[in-house]
Amino acid sequence: MIQILTRYCTLLTITLLVLAVMSFSLAYLFPGDTLENLTGLVPQNDVQREALERQFKLDSSVVVQFFYYLGNLLVGDWGYSFTSGLPLAEEVSIAMPATIELATYAMLMALFVGVPLGYYAGIRSYSTTDHLLNGASMTTYSFPVFWLALLLILVFSLQFDAAPLSGRISLLYDVPRVTGFILVDVLLSDLENKSLAFKDALSHIALPTLAIGAITTASMIRITRRSVIDVKHKAYIAAAVSRGLSSWQIFTRHVLRNALLPILPLMAIQITTLITNAMIVETLFSWPGIGNWLIQAIYQRDYPALRIGMMAVSTLVITLTILVDLFNRLIDPSREKYEHAAV
Amino acid sequence: MYIGIVKRVIVALFTALLVVSCGKQNKEAFYNTGIIYCSESNPVTFNPQLDTSSTTSDATSHQIYDRLLDFDPDSGRIVPSLASSWLVSNDGLTYAFQLRKDVKFHKTHYFTPTRNFNADDVVFSINRWRLPSHPFHSVSGGRYPYFESLGLAQNIAAVRRVNGYRVEITLRRRDSSFLANLATDFAVILSKEYASALFDAGNPSKIDNLPIGTGPFKFESYRKDRFIKYLRHKDYWRNDELAAQDNNNMPASKEFDDESNEEAQAFNAASKQGDNAHDELLGVEQLIFDITPRSSLRLAKLMTGECDATAFPAQTELEVIRTRNDLTLAEKPGLNIGFWAFNTQRPPFDNPDVRRALASAIDKNTLLEAVYFDSATRAKTLLPAASWAFQNDADDTAYNPVLARQLLANAGVKEGFSMTIWAMPVERAYNPNATKMAELIQRYLRDIGVEATIVSYDWATFRRHLQDGLHDSVLIGWSADNGDPDNFYRPLLSCGAIPSGTNRAMWCDEDYDRLLNEALQTEDIDERTAIYHQVNRLLYERLPLVPIAHAYRYQAYREELNGVVINPFGGVRFGGVEKTL
Repeated sequence: MIQILTRYCTLLTITLLVLAVMSFSLAYLFPGDTLENLTGLVPQNDVQREALERQFKLDSSVVVQFFYYLGNLLVGDWGYSFTSGLPLAEEVSIAMPATIELATYAMLMALFVGVPLGYYAGIRSYSTTDHLLNGASMTTYSFPVFWLALLLILVFSLQFDAAPLSGRISLLYDVPRVTGFILVDVLLSDLENKSLAFKDALSHIALPTLAIGAITTASMIRITRRSVIDVKHKAYIAAAVSRGLSSWQIFTRHVLRNALLPILPLMAIQITTLITNAMIVETLFSWPGIGNWLIQAIYQRDYPALRIGMMAVSTLVITLTILVDLFNRLIDPSREKYEHAAV
Repeated sequence: MYIGIVKRVIVALFTALLVVSCGKQNKEAFYNTGIIYCSESNPVTFNPQLDTSSTTSDATSHQIYDRLLDFDPDSGRIVPSLASSWLVSNDGLTYAFQLRKDVKFHKTHYFTPTRNFNADDVVFSINRWRLPSHPFHSVSGGRYPYFESLGLAQNIAAVRRVNGYRVEITLRRRDSSFLANLATDFAVILSKEYASALFDAGNPSKIDNLPIGTGPFKFESYRKDRFIKYLRHKDYWRNDELAAQDNNNMPASKEFDDESNEEAQAFNAASKQGDNAHDELLGVEQLIFDITPRSSLRLAKLMTGECDATAFPAQTELEVIRTRNDLTLAEKPGLNIGFWAFNTQRPPFDNPDVRRALASAIDKNTLLEAVYFDSATRAKTLLPAASWAFQNDADDTAYNPVLARQLLANAGVKEGFSMTIWAMPVERAYNPNATKMAELIQRYLRDIGVEATIVSYDWATFRRHLQDGLHDSVLIGWSADNGDPDNFYRPLLSCGAIPSGTNRAMWCDEDYDRLLNEALQTEDIDERTAIYHQVNRLLYERLPLVPIAHAYRYQAYREELNGVVINPFGGVRFGGVEKTL
């Protein structure tokens, strides 16, 4: 157990270190002044420049510079944005939760819609319902996410006027930021019109969640269905049938949990797609998340922001992937056996 | 059996999703407490003295601040604002302003005023841009482009506080456009008390980022690329006046002669309605600028009701707005001019006959149709109809390619002569698509044997090269800041405007400058109008530029919004705008 934990910790540390090296080298690779790319501060005169160079160890060797940079990264001193002049740590801490929130709801939707539908299709495999479900999920899965989002905007926002098309909540509400998750923040706030605000936030979040969630749901259906069909053909199911168990009993006792096990590692792979999709959809719905923020940074050649944005997003994705992997390991000891055999 | 359960769960989930996505069908009263305006960009600062861009003045001038004087949006006349009355001495050099009493400054989370508006604030506000020695002059960059371009600071000899509510301004030379300049978006009144407090705290630049004024809304918060929030200024001095106006505007509140019961009832009902309107007006607690750079997204938000009003709808979107019942498109002739200027310092464009030939080669009406989609009027002179000196019967060039060829031949310009047309790379109301216009002109010029090439750079480089005079001709325009004719003629074609970079024709004419100065020496409107008619005649004869169009100014808003008035003389204003269901 401890061995596994150490192994994962080492993996995480090394990956993050490599990322830090890459983000540090970006300061040199981007066009323009290294000092400005690294700090986001534009010195007004030579005296200031010298002072800054000394402060950021730019007068020392690259290795010293890197370790100083790493130290700054760890204490949350990430430099400043060119365009807004605000600390990047603050900007990321505002934008990142918005993206995570969107991805979380989409994931929940995929879990609570996709997995049951997948079970249903798997149990009823090769029936008309199954073919319909499978076909529908195949079609949805083939949609490019930005196209789906545009379609949703066109139909639900512009045609039926059923949901707003931009932002997280009407700007009339002044919701104090506590967790960065708008729905949670609304519930925690002491607004006069709390229920109204919650409804408003919900209507804002519906379409983007639907757009991202639909694609993840579709792949969830397909993964679950496959897994259920595999389990159904196992010998212990045949044994259970011969023992005279009802189909409900077979489902709850044997299919449900055994089919779930192979799905979990596949879900980990979905996280990457999910966050990428969230970042794309954000820009279409003017959702103030990290994807939208990065696009703005690209438009405005905000190099410090790009450097930190890349660092933050990849750290998030890698940490999540490794955590889910570790989780899988913990709940599925059979994989350990595999590994020992392999070693 | 378990399939039944799964089915039920699925149905429940889909119902939940549907309910969520249809949740905002009926609008709640809460949404009437705030107005959301989709603006096109970030303001540069919160003090319009420091910047002439319309984005800045839209966001600040009429929301946060007041001026000594205002323009009446209908007639363009100068009306009292913070100055309740004013007197001009007989020699036209001394202006005495009587100030309004009981005008309160904003009380916000960063400043609490202890006194009302008085003469000290006026002296402070004017001296800030006028005197380089003023402690606040160099704060936030120290450039005051509007006042600099008019040389206003040099012309003011003194600004004197006579008593707490009386200020006297003395000029060096007569300037009949002086009052108009004080009524522009840029001549706002700041709080001296706030400035002193900031100065003592060692943080003077806050005056332009956390503004304090006397206007209908007070600043609350701003996030770049996202929003600006304002709260209603509860003690705004015009609140009663605005409410009274609304009552007068009610349809049935006209005077009635006979005392029939029916009409009396109608009147009662109307005045009740008026009271309601009053209450709702007081109900607008917030004003929010939702910063949305993409024009199509602004329109989409307007359609879904996420915005109540939007800035500058694109010409191509106007039709969509007109066909929808829930949207209103207000239009008014704007104070602008789009033109084709020749670089008169380069041969052969220094020859008026060549310029006349080129002007006769183009058909302005076609340009109006193709580029402005008929959202503009044909320009004969520099002045649009909204200006009081507009001349309806001014001379205008006509489409005549035969005459054009003849004039060119007489001037010795050979067949196949080549020139450049510079097309500005940005959209402006006065020219929404300069490249398209340049292509059309290119075609017309080919008909008379002139080969034109189209040149364009990014906006900053474009303007720099123009100022250096690298162009043969350029398609560009001008939006005026006030209704005074001097605001068109002087910056566009006077000799002094060549170095400051607004005279795109690089044209300098003694007669022209003399006439302009003459016009400023008199307060008499008829006399001035007569002089400007002479100026028009002179321009028609020498033709340094071809006036093409005066574009309309558009504003789109939802039907829930009442009392929106397009202000042809500058920024949008939301004071007195109300929202009903």
